[in-house]
Amino acid sequence: MEVVLSLAIGILTASGLWLLFRPRTFQVILGLSLLSYAVNLFIIAAGRLRTDAPPIVGKGTADPAAYADPVPQALVLTAIVISFATTALLLVVLMASRGLTGTDHVDGEDGEA
Amino acid sequence: MTGWLAHLVVVPILLPLVASALMLSMDERRRTAKRVLSLGVSALLVGVAALLLWSVRESGPVAYRIGDWPSPFAITLVADRLSTMMLLLTSILGFTSLFYATARWDRSGPRFHALFLLLLMGINGAFLTGDIFNLFVFFEVLLAASYGLILHGSGTERTSASLHYIAINIAASLLFLVGVALLYSVNGTLNMADLAVSLSSAAEENLALLEAGAAILGVAFLVKAGIWPLCFWLPRTYAAASPPVAAVFAIMTKVGIYIILRLSFLLFGKDSGGAAGFANDALLYAGLATMVFGIVGILAARHLTRIAGHYVLVSSGILLSAIGIGGEALTAALLFYLVSSTLAVSALYLLIEPVERHADEADIIEGISEPVFDDEYVGAIEEEETEEGVVIPGTIAILGGGFIFCALLLAGLPPLSGFIAKFALIDALFRHVTIALSHWALIALIILSGLATTIAMTRAGIDRLWTPGEDSPARLSLVEVTPIGLLLTVCLTLMLAAGPVMDFMQATAGALHDPGSYIEAAGPATEGGGVR
Repeated sequence: MEVVLSLAIGILTASGLWLLFRPRTFQVILGLSLLSYAVNLFIIAAGRLRTDAPPIVGKGTADPAAYADPVPQALVLTAIVISFATTALLLVVLMASRGLTGTDHVDGEDGEA
Repeated sequence: MTGWLAHLVVVPILLPLVASALMLSMDERRRTAKRVLSLGVSALLVGVAALLLWSVRESGPVAYRIGDWPSPFAITLVADRLSTMMLLLTSILGFTSLFYATARWDRSGPRFHALFLLLLMGINGAFLTGDIFNLFVFFEVLLAASYGLILHGSGTERTSASLHYIAINIAASLLFLVGVALLYSVNGTLNMADLAVSLSSAAEENLALLEAGAAILGVAFLVKAGIWPLCFWLPRTYAAASPPVAAVFAIMTKVGIYIILRLSFLLFGKDSGGAAGFANDALLYAGLATMVFGIVGILAARHLTRIAGHYVLVSSGILLSAIGIGGEALTAALLFYLVSSTLAVSALYLLIEPVERHADEADIIEGISEPVFDDEYVGAIEEEETEEGVVIPGTIAILGGGFIFCALLLAGLPPLSGFIAKFALIDALFRHVTIALSHWALIALIILSGLATTIAMTRAGIDRLWTPGEDSPARLSLVEVTPIGLLLTVCLTLMLAAGPVMDFMQATAGALHDPGSYIEAAGPATEGGGVR
């Protein structure tokens, strides 16, 4: 499981970075989205990987060792919401920029690329 | 602090949040009501920040735990000398920029006031929070508001500049999250004071992971602070923003500086064992490189907005390399410089638009008085000789006076507060027993940056205020002059009260170097430390 997760994070990061450095705005947005998936997985991994362990403690005193760490899960939820919102905003700016400059190049003007 | 005063800590966050939520529900046409509300709120914030500063000065750091949960679990806000000082600075800039915006800028797009107050809320929260993840949330709030404000007024230049700005900040936020996750995975806590405690007793094998986490976290803040080579977005974005927005953005780079200052002393101070002094050299050299880049940029700039943008970089560079060198006297001096330069840059951003507007109008009027005969006047100099004496219109006098004032402040020429700040910096550097080569470089660059600013400002001043015929008075409303005057008055007060202010900075620097009282107030396992 560790190998699968780290491979997933690595592949997502690599493809995200590749896209981020591309000259088209849509590629940049996709790159940022992939990067944010990678980061979300990374945060989960930072809270140690556990299977069959719920994050919410039930009634009564329970053994904390039987539960997963809830903090990274809460962090990931927050991070997902925030990156979703900012990506949506970036998409709007992208559309506006496309309309104003007539090109989807990140610099607003088409070079040789 | 007791009684209702104890709840004052949360007011700088709640007040703008509630006001901006109210404003969203108001019709866009009720402009006067919105102006009154937002100006009132920002004026109130100045009062609250001043009150907090005054009470923290006497009582030491105060922690405010929302919901009264015990410390590592609660959302902790901490008010100490440094954070309340930054709060006061923010609220002053916020008030003056809003005041200026009511001249006409708030009409060039919808929801200006709501966004502006949200920005203030985010900045205040970032200064007050005592928890790294809440810092992330407040950062996102202030960034989201700043995206909206950058776009305020629309236009091709703003849209494409904000595209870069948003993309780079999202990428930086992702780095922020990676850093937070790394720190959490080793320490199991996100409370800054708690982190400081657990870092000092961190096991040797975890040290590399911790340092990697802190470094990645630091890069996210350094992007905001505009360190070279992560600063190329800054001058263009700030130049594209409308003047009141650019004026309040002067504090945004300082948010990054503040966090670096806070975390590097808290996490990597002298008590923190193996990781003490981590990345100080990197900060020093990157700061020096930033200064070189900024100085070249100032000299090369042809527009005042670009000069101001590169000056922001220079001041970031000075602050970062001073943080890298450390030492109490230098920290006190850099705090003084931080306050003085932020106020001056903000005033310059407000001043640029009226100055350039005047120049533009003068260019247009020049065409009206076409010569009747070819030899009526050959050059401007000949014409001047026949005049009885040059009458300087009131607006030019005000603009010119303000411009000279700003130039002196930015360049650090005597007698204004900019000079005192730079003098204190250089003096503190000379107090070291042996002065390293890098310290000499910093001293040289501080002086060179003053020279470059003087040259650039003189050139711009001659170009904008002198050359076109002086008989074209530009419109200048009182609403625009007052905030500039207010900012410059604050700088003047800084100069006149330099002694007491410097004492305060010294005490603040002392508290930063010895964060025991901060950890005691904000950290866990204190029974009577915080507000219950």
